[in-house]
Amino acid sequence: MTRQMTGAKIVVQALKDQGVEVVFGYPGGAVLPIYDEIFQQNAIRHILVRHEQAAIHAAEGYARSTGKPGVALVTSGPGATNAVTGLTDALLDSIPIIVFSGQVPTFMIGNDAFQEADTVGITRPCTKHNWLVRETDALSSTIHEAFHVATSGRPGPVLIDVPKDVQFANGTYEAPTKTRTSHYQPQVKGDMDEITKLVDALERAKRPIFYTGGGVINSGSAACQLLRELVDATGAPITSTLMGLGAYPANGKGWLGMLGMHGLYEANMAMHDCDLMINIGARFDDRITGTIDHFSPNSTKVHIDIDPSSINKVIRADIPIVGDVGHVLEDVLKVWKARGRKTNTEAMAKWWKKIEEWKTRDCLSYKQTGKIIKPQYALERLEALTKDHDRYITTEVGQHQMWAAQFLGFNDPHRWMTSGGLGTMGYGFPASIGVQLAHPESLVINVAGEASWLMNMQEMGTAIQFDLPVKQFILNNERLGMVRQWQELLHGERYSHSWSESLPDFVKLAEAFGAKGIRCDDPEKLDDAIIEMLEYDGPVIFDCLVEKHENCFPMIPSGAAHNEMLMGNDSTGDAIGAKGAVLV
Amino acid sequence: MSALKIKKGSNKHSAYNLRPNFSDVTERHTLAVLVDNEAGVLARVIGLFSGRGYNIESLTVAEVDHLGKLSRITIVTTGTPQVIEQIKAQLGRIVPVHDVHDLTVEGASVERELALFKVAGEGDKRVEALRLADIFRANVVDSTLESFVFEITGTPEKIDAFADLMRPLGLEEVARTGVAALSRGV
Repeated sequence: MTRQMTGAKIVVQALKDQGVEVVFGYPGGAVLPIYDEIFQQNAIRHILVRHEQAAIHAAEGYARSTGKPGVALVTSGPGATNAVTGLTDALLDSIPIIVFSGQVPTFMIGNDAFQEADTVGITRPCTKHNWLVRETDALSSTIHEAFHVATSGRPGPVLIDVPKDVQFANGTYEAPTKTRTSHYQPQVKGDMDEITKLVDALERAKRPIFYTGGGVINSGSAACQLLRELVDATGAPITSTLMGLGAYPANGKGWLGMLGMHGLYEANMAMHDCDLMINIGARFDDRITGTIDHFSPNSTKVHIDIDPSSINKVIRADIPIVGDVGHVLEDVLKVWKARGRKTNTEAMAKWWKKIEEWKTRDCLSYKQTGKIIKPQYALERLEALTKDHDRYITTEVGQHQMWAAQFLGFNDPHRWMTSGGLGTMGYGFPASIGVQLAHPESLVINVAGEASWLMNMQEMGTAIQFDLPVKQFILNNERLGMVRQWQELLHGERYSHSWSESLPDFVKLAEAFGAKGIRCDDPEKLDDAIIEMLEYDGPVIFDCLVEKHENCFPMIPSGAAHNEMLMGNDSTGDAIGAKGAVLV
Repeated sequence: MSALKIKKGSNKHSAYNLRPNFSDVTERHTLAVLVDNEAGVLARVIGLFSGRGYNIESLTVAEVDHLGKLSRITIVTTGTPQVIEQIKAQLGRIVPVHDVHDLTVEGASVERELALFKVAGEGDKRVEALRLADIFRANVVDSTLESFVFEITGTPEKIDAFADLMRPLGLEEVARTGVAALSRGV
């Protein structure tokens, strides 16, 4: 079906036809025609953020918590450049978002016009794909293609740059079609020979481990179900990256906890000592592997990934399987069942015994003594008081993020939104806004550090305007905790610029925006304060004053291997050698 | 596609086609990349190489299928086998890229490059330049009393050799197209 309409109307119509309900954005000169169309309809809700970076993070939060693509709308020039951090964040974490940017009219492009930037040039390396649409007739097909590209294969951010004259001009609108015309069709079915090899290895493995990542969650809830079935049926242990938390439940019997730099001792030891590693939708990130030379030296490595470029990029896979996690796991289960559901039960029992020994190290132990709240204690209490809620957690980046990953349990996918690959301070607050919009009745908590939180604190305005009861749980140590920790370990305790000077009074800040502020500095009053936060119907800034010099353990120091973790009570004097010091 | 004499999909599952030995030896590979002829596609390919620190020794691009709006980018690159595999996989995930072919490993191929050489000189040197050009089957495409412009086609090695010979004879300027390559047979 084709119709004639203006480019601006085409944008709104295409969004409707793609099933978009919410757009996060900020108006400006080059997108006024689109805003005019948004004004004249009610099907799509526009959420006015206070900074374009926040629009992208909110769209990411929306996307991660729903499995649907997030949509943002920004103006030309500074609007587009402010979106760059969010786009890069979504690219590194494979989050499907579609960003529309206004552009100066086509006849002015290249003239250094007011608020002109080479947006497709700037965003080329930080999007999965982008388009500059020069003709109104090409607009609708480009938008439909953009949704296809963002959501298929390995998901990612895309950007459509729409010059203002293209928005004003009349053109033909074409509705999305079921039959795909795009040549971009990533492979979803895995190679059956390789899948059979995997099943064969699984049947014989003495010390298998599943190592899963965000790819499982991106593949969808069916993939998560299949993963649970496979792990539970084989009885093998499972660990996950930061991005993959919730794909397998934290209360599941195979669960070892997160792995990696600040992962659990038992998870990292099991990765090091395993004889079969099954990587499902993870990418051997440097936060996971530690030093590559000593990474899991004696294991056969299986790598299931929809992106062929992930395979053999860092770690050589013995059994590479290119395909969608859901499709591949379905086939794996089918083959494994058809061959009689075999596992090496005897060896596996021994393996679990070893793992139980590692667990007795109790690697997350800390002591809550005295009158100062330990950050771990704060999160343990938050977990205890909220785990039975319909709960979504976002985080900022730093120590609090790692503690949240260690101390909060996720039994379902889409419940945990954090900036993994890019490590974007300022991600969590706007992301919590996106999550709350998608789940208005649910409890949404942003676990934050005071420094990260200040990076996008302007979004208090958005939370108040749209009545979003997001809870900002700030672990306030008046420090850039992770930076401080590294300076302690690596730079002779010279704490260069890693403390938060001139902090605002967070309670008054909340009140200034019309929200509720709660401060707590007493471990004995913490529970009551958290309950007060939960019971308040509206946004809350919770200023939790915590121990200032707490370090985040366990930790694989830079340049070390999985079995060389630092524990909380270890001496840390020369933990990082000269080779490790150059790593981040 | 078949009109372009490109075997389709022979490198589709690059992860499976790895040679077993991951050596540290740097290899030279010629890649043929078939892309949509759209704005910015060359920038995407070049940006990939610069952004990820890969080498480009030579790069040529031109539309090869006007109706299908397809361009062919021929890239000569160097790297260890692992890097070469990674380059191919990264190229493969650029949305407007249709096919990536590693002509160096996918059977025999022919490579040609065209170059123009401006050589200025008088007397014996001028005669010698003309004589060598004849041996190399270079054509004279411009001539003045003081100079020639030679046009030469061949492998990059042949053109390098010709350049070496022309240098003492008054080589003024060189323009090279970069490598164009096709696989042999069908």
